[in-house]
Amino acid sequence: MSDLEAFRKETREWLDANCPKEMRDGAGGEENICWGGRNWKFKSEAQKVWLERMAAKGWTVPAWPKDYGGGGLSKEEVKILKDEMRKMKMRSPLESFGIWMLGPALLKYGTHEQKSMFLPPIARGEIRWCQGYSEPNAGSDLASLQTKCEDKGDHWLVNGQKIWTSYADESDWIFVLVRTDPKAAKHDGISFILIDMATKGVSTKPIKLISGKSPFCETFFDDAVVPKEHGAGVNAVVGTLNRGWDVAKYLLTHEREMIGAGGGGLLGGRGIGEMAAHYVGVDEKGRLNDPMLRTKVAQAEVDGWAFLLTMERLKDEAKAGQGMGAKSSMLKYYGTEFNKRRFELFMDASGSEGLEWEGERSEDGKLAKNWLRTKANSIEGGTSEVQLNIISKRILELPDA
Amino acid sequence: MPLILTEEQEMLKESARGFLDEKAPVAALRKLRDERSEEGFSRALWKEMAEMGWAGILVEEEHGGSGFGFVGAGVLAEEMGRTLTASPFLSTSILAATALNKFANDAAKSEYLPKIATADIVMALAVDEGRKHGPAVTAMKAEKSGNGFKLSGSKAFVADGHVADKLIVAARTAGSPGEEAGISLFLVDAKAKGVERERTIMVDSRNAARVNFENVAVTGEDVIGEIDNGHAALEGVLSAGRAGLAAELSGSAQQAFEMTTTYLKERTQFGKVIGSFQALQHRAAHLYCEIELVKSVTLKALQDLDNAFGMAGVTASLAKAKAGEVAKLASQEAVQMHGGIGMTDEYDIGLYMKRIRVAQEMFGDSAYHAERLARLRGY
Repeated sequence: MSDLEAFRKETREWLDANCPKEMRDGAGGEENICWGGRNWKFKSEAQKVWLERMAAKGWTVPAWPKDYGGGGLSKEEVKILKDEMRKMKMRSPLESFGIWMLGPALLKYGTHEQKSMFLPPIARGEIRWCQGYSEPNAGSDLASLQTKCEDKGDHWLVNGQKIWTSYADESDWIFVLVRTDPKAAKHDGISFILIDMATKGVSTKPIKLISGKSPFCETFFDDAVVPKEHGAGVNAVVGTLNRGWDVAKYLLTHEREMIGAGGGGLLGGRGIGEMAAHYVGVDEKGRLNDPMLRTKVAQAEVDGWAFLLTMERLKDEAKAGQGMGAKSSMLKYYGTEFNKRRFELFMDASGSEGLEWEGERSEDGKLAKNWLRTKANSIEGGTSEVQLNIISKRILELPDA
Repeated sequence: MPLILTEEQEMLKESARGFLDEKAPVAALRKLRDERSEEGFSRALWKEMAEMGWAGILVEEEHGGSGFGFVGAGVLAEEMGRTLTASPFLSTSILAATALNKFANDAAKSEYLPKIATADIVMALAVDEGRKHGPAVTAMKAEKSGNGFKLSGSKAFVADGHVADKLIVAARTAGSPGEEAGISLFLVDAKAKGVERERTIMVDSRNAARVNFENVAVTGEDVIGEIDNGHAALEGVLSAGRAGLAAELSGSAQQAFEMTTTYLKERTQFGKVIGSFQALQHRAAHLYCEIELVKSVTLKALQDLDNAFGMAGVTASLAKAKAGEVAKLASQEAVQMHGGIGMTDEYDIGLYMKRIRVAQEMFGDSAYHAERLARLRGY
């Protein structure tokens, strides 16, 4: 038996012995995610046990180094672990912006001290992070951000406002892009800084969207005093001062891949054709009762499938060492535009029933709310137009205007 | 299986590009067209391709081929799509070789596969009869006559039909047009009594023909696949053809797109390079994404043909649907973004638009395949 086969066997046995049966229902969805954090209330004892056992093993973040709370697994081993979890329909023990975003940033740009202080609590689900990037006047033009961060000798003084901060009202810490050198060129005076949300002067306010409730917040910094060091030798600034844009760009690439893939909503769930057949019915030959809709659905399914295969191909290329680079912008652009198209078709097919906003029949307007939510997909994490700019410049090497 | 080319396939791609750029650039097609070449391709070039193992790319080594498989064949088709190379590669090396490999008896394999590998035979698939693709609507008749059959009917849009030595013909031994059951495949000598061929000069200057059959005699030995049950074999052969055409369309689309982005960086108007205008940048960037999708579906279909031939019909349809639509878009955007010069015969981009139009129509356009997928997926 090869090492990997042995690893698969051990992993399967350990998972089977340690995953509570309530966590093996394959349930996804916002309401079933374990986010962790200081204020986290576990939905069940099983959720708590599952997190503790996986965290002890380092498998909430299997690819991270063992020293920082990870599992120290190779890419192949991580794939096996995910495979086995999927086969047994196990829920993910923990999800968070710390895992998706800050962790990778610290692993690439952080010091040993920063990693030692911040990574293990993320891995154990003890500290929940949020991301402070966009500002009311810095959306697509993110690098024009104005949140001020002044050097006051032994501390930083932060003033300004962030917007679209997901889960800011439930998070413990925030990683923020701030302007540390107002005189420097736009991209050069920005730093990436870590701030405890409990700091005096930091406050949040939830934002309600056209789809109803949302995880988004506004986050305010009013004379917030942030220590230069969060502990002995633990710098509050990640990477080089005034070079925060490098870290931000690195993370945006990550975010785009995630939104492209996840926001595409294509992994699992019912196909468009299947849903449409359910809503409008089929004729005696088994074709959708609405021929014009059928045409649009069939074309959309071709594109959706082709997009899924493209994600697969780019992942395989990345594994083979070709890297993804600016191609993440393609995934972000195409995936989110496709997801909007998909939900437009769901709405077309579901007719007036899909327009119900309240009541049990519509699960309080679940479809309509999801439809409206998709409209943000092509805005958040860089609009579709920004992605097209990136593809034009970085991949096609077309000149600036 | 990872959705990338192996090292061996990458090497094939590189050597193919070098060879085609040198020996069969777009100028070669232009020359065939302008000289009104009788055969529509260069025999000498075809021989050279055979020497490199291309003609027999799907022929196993025991029959003298290079046995590179469908991904290898697709790599070559894609590169030929870049240079618009005219050759019997699709008709003979992909369609006929697949029909023989997968469905013919041993005698036919031993007789024809080695000749394919050495480029000593041209074979063509005759399936469609009307304006649009539709294997099930085959009306051509094959009536029992003694130990054999007599074929009567007519075929159109037969690639390389007028230069072929042998024709693989779909005809009805039972049932009626519209039914999948009752179709059989026959290997017919192109010079047999009762066969009449008309070369049809097409918009892309590549080979096609209409073929009439009047009481053409064939024997039971000439059947490929099962009598009355030839539809499955025909679909298998068509899957290979569709994936091959998708690969060719992918290559043509990529090349047309590269020519376009190059032009966008050179052409100056209003005192600026036109590639700096966002209206054009966004269209180019969108097209880039669509072409990336085509690369993925095409490779997937080719891999499926290699790994699970009988199941590959679905992804072959997916590839043909996507490649046809995107290649058309690529050629339309190419002409528009080139402006006036893109409309001139002297400039190559129009030749891409012409070939893409034909290749996307052959064996089912995007609508045909999207509709087929909808049916297969239960709506």
